[in-house]
Amino acid sequence: MPIKQITVFLENKCGRLSSVAGLIGDEGINIRAFSVADTTDFGILRLIVNDPQRAYEALRREDYTVRMTEVVAVQIPDHPGGLAEVLTLMQEAGINIEYLYAFVAKLSGDALAVFRVENVRVAEQLMLGKGLKVLSGEEVYNL
Amino acid sequence: MGYWNEECECMPPERLRSLQEKLLRNTVSRVYQEVPFYRHSFQKIGLKPEDIQTLDDLGKLPFTTKDDLRDNYPYGLFAVPLSEVIRLHASSGTTGKPTVVGYSRHDISVWAEVMARALTCCGASHDSKIQNAYGYGLFTGGLGVHYGAELIGASVIPVSGGHTKRQIMIMKDFRSTILTCTPSYALHLAEVMEELGVSKEDLSLEGGLFGAEPWSLGLRGQIEARLGIKALDIYGISEVLGPGVAVECPAKEGLHIWGDHFLAEIVDPESGEQLPPGSYGELVITTLTKEALPMIRYRTRDITRILPDGPCSCGRTHPKIDRCQGRTDDMLVIRGVNVFPSQIEEVLFRISHTEPFYLIIVERRGTLDELEVWVEVSDLVFSDEIRKLETLERRIRQEIEVVLGISVRVKLVEPKTIERYEGKAKRIIDRRNL
Repeated sequence: MPIKQITVFLENKCGRLSSVAGLIGDEGINIRAFSVADTTDFGILRLIVNDPQRAYEALRREDYTVRMTEVVAVQIPDHPGGLAEVLTLMQEAGINIEYLYAFVAKLSGDALAVFRVENVRVAEQLMLGKGLKVLSGEEVYNL
Repeated sequence: MGYWNEECECMPPERLRSLQEKLLRNTVSRVYQEVPFYRHSFQKIGLKPEDIQTLDDLGKLPFTTKDDLRDNYPYGLFAVPLSEVIRLHASSGTTGKPTVVGYSRHDISVWAEVMARALTCCGASHDSKIQNAYGYGLFTGGLGVHYGAELIGASVIPVSGGHTKRQIMIMKDFRSTILTCTPSYALHLAEVMEELGVSKEDLSLEGGLFGAEPWSLGLRGQIEARLGIKALDIYGISEVLGPGVAVECPAKEGLHIWGDHFLAEIVDPESGEQLPPGSYGELVITTLTKEALPMIRYRTRDITRILPDGPCSCGRTHPKIDRCQGRTDDMLVIRGVNVFPSQIEEVLFRISHTEPFYLIIVERRGTLDELEVWVEVSDLVFSDEIRKLETLERRIRQEIEVVLGISVRVKLVEPKTIERYEGKAKRIIDRRNL
């Protein structure tokens, strides 16, 4: 099962990122992974949290523009060339990556990365077919 | 859908014209006798009341402007003694003294009559429950609608503007069938309803009359879809009467301006020359029946056009004006190009799903005017991919540039960044010191 990512629209204004982080923290929600992408005017914050639905609702309540997207969490062997091996396998399976970012935490010695791909569910099957270690929502949220 | 006053509303055009000419002659001779301001302005150009015989003579009359009302503050243009005035309203007066308008008992009854015609256009009858969310007070909106609604015999809910959550509760519990307010407030109501989890199916609304500010067809579509109603445009200006001067009929092909009470012309805002039907320009109105404050060729500063003559499918015979495109004062001249907020609004709607919350900012860098448009990002168009947001930004920019013919910067901003007003929406910040 793909995992849920929360995306928040942020203007490039002082304090916007910290107010989102503060809001999530006040709700007692724990951030598992995050990335920020930015342009001159605006940025988007992508979050993997332990309770996506509650984070989504809390942000909506505060009038943020929020979107919930499905992404895939994949285990990456923690040794030189580990990421390259995973990417090669994905390329062979014809999976097109929109963006990816890494987790802070590790799982049984392996690194973890979030992949945003087209057609998440198909991609996930292809990855499993290639022997990649794909994590379920439960595994990720309970890290 | 019926008429309020079929005999008047569907009067044969020839009869309407001869009525107008008779009323115009009366008005001109009355203002000449009763109002020193008009007498002097006629004498200055050597015009005698007898010179005005037919509608073709209208162009000979001098214009009246908002400044004339200010210069004669408060009662200088009244044509009846104050003992005959039963109501006074005033404009907001954002730039100095307000302008004061007065009504005789007959004026109030004419106002109720034209508002009754307007409300009937949007489906009101004595069975309707009309939630009137126009402000009550010195502003003409609230009481103007109120008297028309009472004349019809509808149940008026004089809720006035503001207190949005309470408005929604009343709309739901009182089962209001008609809503009257500014279009931007109607959209605000729809937004707050969605936040509160109130759906249009929870309401009994059927129609609405929205006016007091220009609004686009896109905004109409939004209001109709989100409130589940038929939304019609109503035009009015307090110096001439208030709401009800003109109203859109169910055919939605223009607004009938009630020819038995008002004469409409379109003039070039710069030169003041009369423009032929079909050309956009400034709407100029002459009152035909006003007693307390008759107006001769009043410059409304509203930009519209007179639609070509011809029978309207609704059966009404009164002349039609188009929806207002903006105000001559809202018109921004940017690098020599005339820009109206409504043009930008139309683009934002065309790019589907974009919420109509936007702000136009004009600045002068060096000698060059720069136009920036802030657009709020709604959940509908938001994406987790930068590429898609940049594409959206670019598309808005390109389409605005095509429409205006000048370059523009588009900035996506967070929801609720742009201030919501419960009355008229503020769409422009002009930071140039012109």
